[in-house]
Amino acid sequence: MLSPAQKPTLSLPVTIAEKQQQLLDELNLFQDWTERYQYVIDLGKKLAPMPEDLQTPDRLIKGCQSQVWLDSSFADGKVNYAADSDSLITKGMIALFVRVLDGQTPDDILQADMSFIDQTGLKEHLAPTRANALTLMAGQMKQHAIAFAGK
Amino acid sequence: MPFDPHSIRDQFPILASEVNGQPLVYLDNAATVQKPRVVLETSLAYYEETNANIHRGTHHLSQKATAAHEAARDRIAHHLNAASPDEIIFTSGTTDGINLVANILTGSISAEDEILISALEHHSNIVPWQMLAQRTGATLRVIPVLEDGTLDFGAFQDLLSPKTKLLAITQVSNAFGTPVPVKDYISAAHAVGSLVLVDAAQSVAHKVIDVQDLDADFLVFSGHKIYAPTGIGILYGKTSSLENLPPWRGGGEMIKEVTYESSTYNELPFRYEAGTPNIEGGIALAKAMDWLSDLGLPSVAAHEQLLIETAAASLADVEGLRFYGPSHRQGSLSFNIAGIHHYDLGTLIDQMGVAVRTGHHCCQPLMNRLGTTGTVRASFAAYNTMEEVEKLVNAVKKAAMMLA
Repeated sequence: MLSPAQKPTLSLPVTIAEKQQQLLDELNLFQDWTERYQYVIDLGKKLAPMPEDLQTPDRLIKGCQSQVWLDSSFADGKVNYAADSDSLITKGMIALFVRVLDGQTPDDILQADMSFIDQTGLKEHLAPTRANALTLMAGQMKQHAIAFAGK
Repeated sequence: MPFDPHSIRDQFPILASEVNGQPLVYLDNAATVQKPRVVLETSLAYYEETNANIHRGTHHLSQKATAAHEAARDRIAHHLNAASPDEIIFTSGTTDGINLVANILTGSISAEDEILISALEHHSNIVPWQMLAQRTGATLRVIPVLEDGTLDFGAFQDLLSPKTKLLAITQVSNAFGTPVPVKDYISAAHAVGSLVLVDAAQSVAHKVIDVQDLDADFLVFSGHKIYAPTGIGILYGKTSSLENLPPWRGGGEMIKEVTYESSTYNELPFRYEAGTPNIEGGIALAKAMDWLSDLGLPSVAAHEQLLIETAAASLADVEGLRFYGPSHRQGSLSFNIAGIHHYDLGTLIDQMGVAVRTGHHCCQPLMNRLGTTGTVRASFAAYNTMEEVEKLVNAVKKAAMMLA
């Protein structure tokens, strides 16, 4: 048995970089594409659905093949995101971003390196239209942060 | 003896490809079909042995190329049972043929007239008529589709009137595989004095077309859907319907004499073939049609029918799965699973090596009418096998479980 002093310290990830690393560690547990996709799909299922009255055309991210809605709010210096999609895989993908950027300051969001998505091994399994949608989503989330940055 | 697809698979080099480490299962044949080696070799041989511009040169190669091009026209006329090769116009594809007809009819349509299309049409058999209606002030009317994906023939008869100047109708729906009994539509339209254009893009590889029996005025299709290259297509135009219509594109080949003041135009079919045509494509198309005819189109079609019916029967027990179109389908099987986005289903199926099409299939008004943004469509060709149908069914079932 391990004594309390020998226990590995499990600190919760706080920064964007730490959260990205945690996601990559989780995805690395999976051997094949089926498991990785299942993980993303399950993230999509877990992401709180966006109230339907918020699913308005002005919250749609244009250019995606499926419908993706993004909303954000600003409180105590932190940005909170809400997102939804009629496609579960798309919703799972945006859940990856929400998990990393939600609750961060606008400055940290704007400086965040979103290329971590390239290391997830998911992009190779995406049609180019879907990979483009990821770039659009990340860009939109940063756009929202810009709007809050001066406040 | 029933047709055996295994006997022809090695004629298609691309079918040996792998996707994600798994053998490719190509079920997107309604979008474009793969090409047999004999067609690929015909294209290559044309450039290696024959290439020259046609109808002008006096030199040996030009005469050889011209003869090959015109022989291709003759073969295609034969396969369609056209009354004359002059009724066969080379185009770049179905869309090009429809735009050609829509443009040359401009002067024949006035503001009081009506153009009739069906609710099953592909965007390429909607938009050119919309543009014609805008140019002329005519009204575009649409034959409605019933809940089972077939057309409402009664409503069609009600829409017909002496104002109807043109009916543009598909022979098989690209979105649902719905076969349309176009012959009935053609004779009813002719009875009120209307011209008829048949979109045969989705039928030409699955049924023998006899243009004289159909009695269509115009019939269009693309080569790439019938085992030939992209960029070549056919407009069949009945001589009596076409001979008094004006030219469309101006240029070389379509003229008799040119002065700066005016030009006189060539005879059919050359009047509608301005510029250097896709010579190699036309020759390869004739070869592809010969190949399919030698294979026996009726037995190929019966084989495809068996694949579709087996796929439909095996998928029917997937919870929440809904098929679109009637139970008798040609070429394509279209479906959705309740609560699952077609895009997600298609993405996962692709991961398992199965190529299908997802989306609105260029039929947005039709999708809106049936209350969906799109479907998953599996479409079949001569080389598809029962084993591939099984892979499709397993892939759909696995994807549905992952997304449930």
